[in-house]
Amino acid sequence: MATILSMKNITKTFPGVKALDNVNLEVEQGEIHALVGENGAGKSTLMKVLSGVHPHHSYSGDILFQGQKCEFKNINQSEELGIVIIHQELALIPELSIAENVFLGNEQSTKGIINWNESIEKTKALLDKVGLHINPQTLIKQIGVGKQQLVEIAKALSKEVKLLILDEPTAALNEEDSENLLNLLVEFKKQGITSILISHKLNELMAVVDRITILRDGKTIETLSMEKDGVTEQRIIKGMVGRDMNDLYPERVSQPGGVVLEVKEWNVYNPENPQQQIIHNANFHIKKGEIVGIAGLMGAGRTELAMSVFGKSYGRNISGRIFKDGKEIKIENVNQAIEQGLAYVSEDRKKYGLVLNDSVRENLTLANLFKISRRSILNKHEEVKQAENLKGSMNIKTPTIEQKAINLSGGNQQKVVLGKWIFTNPDVLILDEPTRGIDVGAKNEIYKKINDLAQEGKGILMISSELPELLGMCDRIYTLAEGRITGEVNKKDADQEQLMTYMTRSRRS
Amino acid sequence: MGELKEVFSQNIRRFGMVIALIGIAVLFQILTGGILLTPLNITNIVMQNSYIIVLAIGMTLIIITGEIDLSVGSVAAFIGAISAYLMINLDMSVAVAVILSLLAGALIGAWQGFWVAYVNVPAFIVTLAGMLIFRGLTLIVLGGRTLSPFPEGFSTISSDFLPDLLGGGNLHLLTMLLGGLAVIVYLLNELKLRRDYLKYNYNIISFPLFLGKLIAISIIILAFSYILALYAGMPNVLLILLFLIIGYSFYMNNTTTGRHIYAVGGNTHAAQLSGIKTKKVTFWVFVNMGVLSALAGLIFAGRLNAATPQAGNLFELDAIAAAVIGGASLAGGVGTVVGAVIGALIMGVLNNGMSILGIGIDWQQAIKGLVLLTAVALDMISKNKSK
Repeated sequence: MATILSMKNITKTFPGVKALDNVNLEVEQGEIHALVGENGAGKSTLMKVLSGVHPHHSYSGDILFQGQKCEFKNINQSEELGIVIIHQELALIPELSIAENVFLGNEQSTKGIINWNESIEKTKALLDKVGLHINPQTLIKQIGVGKQQLVEIAKALSKEVKLLILDEPTAALNEEDSENLLNLLVEFKKQGITSILISHKLNELMAVVDRITILRDGKTIETLSMEKDGVTEQRIIKGMVGRDMNDLYPERVSQPGGVVLEVKEWNVYNPENPQQQIIHNANFHIKKGEIVGIAGLMGAGRTELAMSVFGKSYGRNISGRIFKDGKEIKIENVNQAIEQGLAYVSEDRKKYGLVLNDSVRENLTLANLFKISRRSILNKHEEVKQAENLKGSMNIKTPTIEQKAINLSGGNQQKVVLGKWIFTNPDVLILDEPTRGIDVGAKNEIYKKINDLAQEGKGILMISSELPELLGMCDRIYTLAEGRITGEVNKKDADQEQLMTYMTRSRRS
Repeated sequence: MGELKEVFSQNIRRFGMVIALIGIAVLFQILTGGILLTPLNITNIVMQNSYIIVLAIGMTLIIITGEIDLSVGSVAAFIGAISAYLMINLDMSVAVAVILSLLAGALIGAWQGFWVAYVNVPAFIVTLAGMLIFRGLTLIVLGGRTLSPFPEGFSTISSDFLPDLLGGGNLHLLTMLLGGLAVIVYLLNELKLRRDYLKYNYNIISFPLFLGKLIAISIIILAFSYILALYAGMPNVLLILLFLIIGYSFYMNNTTTGRHIYAVGGNTHAAQLSGIKTKKVTFWVFVNMGVLSALAGLIFAGRLNAATPQAGNLFELDAIAAAVIGGASLAGGVGTVVGAVIGALIMGVLNNGMSILGIGIDWQQAIKGLVLLTAVALDMISKNKSK
């Protein structure tokens, strides 16, 4: 088979982080090639380099596509050659119809006048190819995520795709939709379309792909062939992690105390659609000095559960009871949550965690200005002193505390958010994806900090999509599926497979 | 010299506006053959722009919160009309009428703040509606006519000067005394800050530079007092302005609620999840704008000694322009009170200088528009570069 794509010695640096370090990738004509690695390993960056999101000259190295050297300045140029990328976050416009989305930027028109009949006809044909039998004039917002994913693929097909790149396509899908999608890729393969598949779901991958390239810390580790190398899941994980698990997850002697927070019969409804129940009758508790995990697939209601407990910041018609140190408490808003000693570190630090244009100092003190003020007048000297202390104890790498948060790397931003909540001196910290999108070194530092907090007797609730992270850090793990707590396992009894079983346990089964 | 350069380059944006103001003043001083900076004219510039400065302060807070207020001109006109009605038609005393007028301003602010903060109607729409509503109500209150004159004492706020209690012939001694006091307060404050800085281990500027800064600013304060004293002394309205500028600067920089305003504008979600009551913050910022609009309306009516249906026309645009030239970002989270005041002065000096030169109102508008565009474009270009 001929090589369709070869990326050679690709190096890409962001301020403070070397995201790609001499990466090589070879993809053969007509294969399904998997790209795997931990979060932050550089998969998405590599694909952005390939598709021209990171233009030529912003990286070093060569890209050869069908034997030709490519220097893309933007996405349009790569799409012209038939390289189409479908991102994790779908790029569809909810208020427009399927047909309008499929031909967005590529409208079927003569002299600027759109030919609707042709657009709809062609869309219908494309939808048939991806096995979606609905009216092309349906609005995107009216169809589910699984179908939206298929519309994205139909859109890619409309561009006469030769190389289809899918970034975590099944992350948000249920099993049935995932299977459909993967079967579709196999179907495409028969038609000669090459695919690159980025995914964390190794069992899925292994069923459909031909070869796997493993990235770790911005470097190519190896490319395995499913046929020749007798690949197993363990083999891939070893390549991805590449180190003793104990190195990444620091040792901790766990000595849980009394129950610090208990939530009972917790029910939450969707604020946009009050009929839809998001959390069903959830019960859980956290002990002092204990790290408790919540595992669940995307859409299981993890963040919704956490935010609804944290001062009802999400949801409506919330019912249930919260106990702190055995006493029932009422938490109606974020203020009361903070007063009761709760802290919530959001999964989306840029949207919910930081005021990006403010300094590190201002971000660190924002949730507890009370501590550095008297009768509402700020003591700025005290503020500087406290911020410097936090900068030191959190090991935030920034030239000064006056640096704007936007200029920090992801890992350091995360340390600022964590530091901000440590400054409120909480008894319970809810950490929602505390290591998402940060490099391994910073991850390790954050794990150590989390362990220190547990050692100080604080209760930690940790939400994560990465099962190894939960298994490495937690004393106890709850699993969440479709808004229900479906299992509770202790560290010593837990393994990935069992957690996955609980996480995918739906109402029906 | 190297240190001076470093301090300068770190504060280029802050100094940039001051340099622009000085540059424009020098330009017009030359073009007008020295008229611009005469004691009489400087006093005029302060008094002519007093109500815009008051509005610009409130507008800065609004813009920092990430909102906008297009109604301030209409509100100022409406409050001017109400105050005239109370004092002229109902014979109310000046003090009571002023207090009622400011309260009315607060109510108007609360009305608009309610729609913006609690019903989530975009501020642009709420205040566009307010612009029409309060202009219409002004016409209704005034019956389409001009109400004048105000009773004795009302125009004192905006048109009179501090009494010359000490005597002193051509020089207004009380003004000089106030200038001297200001210098002493300034020096004591700077010395205390420097002591604190040393205590808390800050990087501080070297002593000669510090001394130079003290001397320079003291001379500026004294020179300004002297110029005012040469004419009629300190205008009452300048006293109000200084009080507002210092008060609001302190509020925005040194209080928890001031910090909350910056955080709400910078990132509403993050502010909310940090326990800040974001809706309440937005609501009160509008109430504050209402009160300051009312104050501006009173000052303007006092200056004209009349309430007219067309009062306050386009004030909202002057106030927004002042805040934005002064470094406030319409995206929210960024801006300073002092910057807005300098922005207002830049516009004021331009207005005044062009009027002296006899440039028509037509060209004045066009030139002011270009200045606004240039100021913000330069800011954007420098920001893009620093990325």
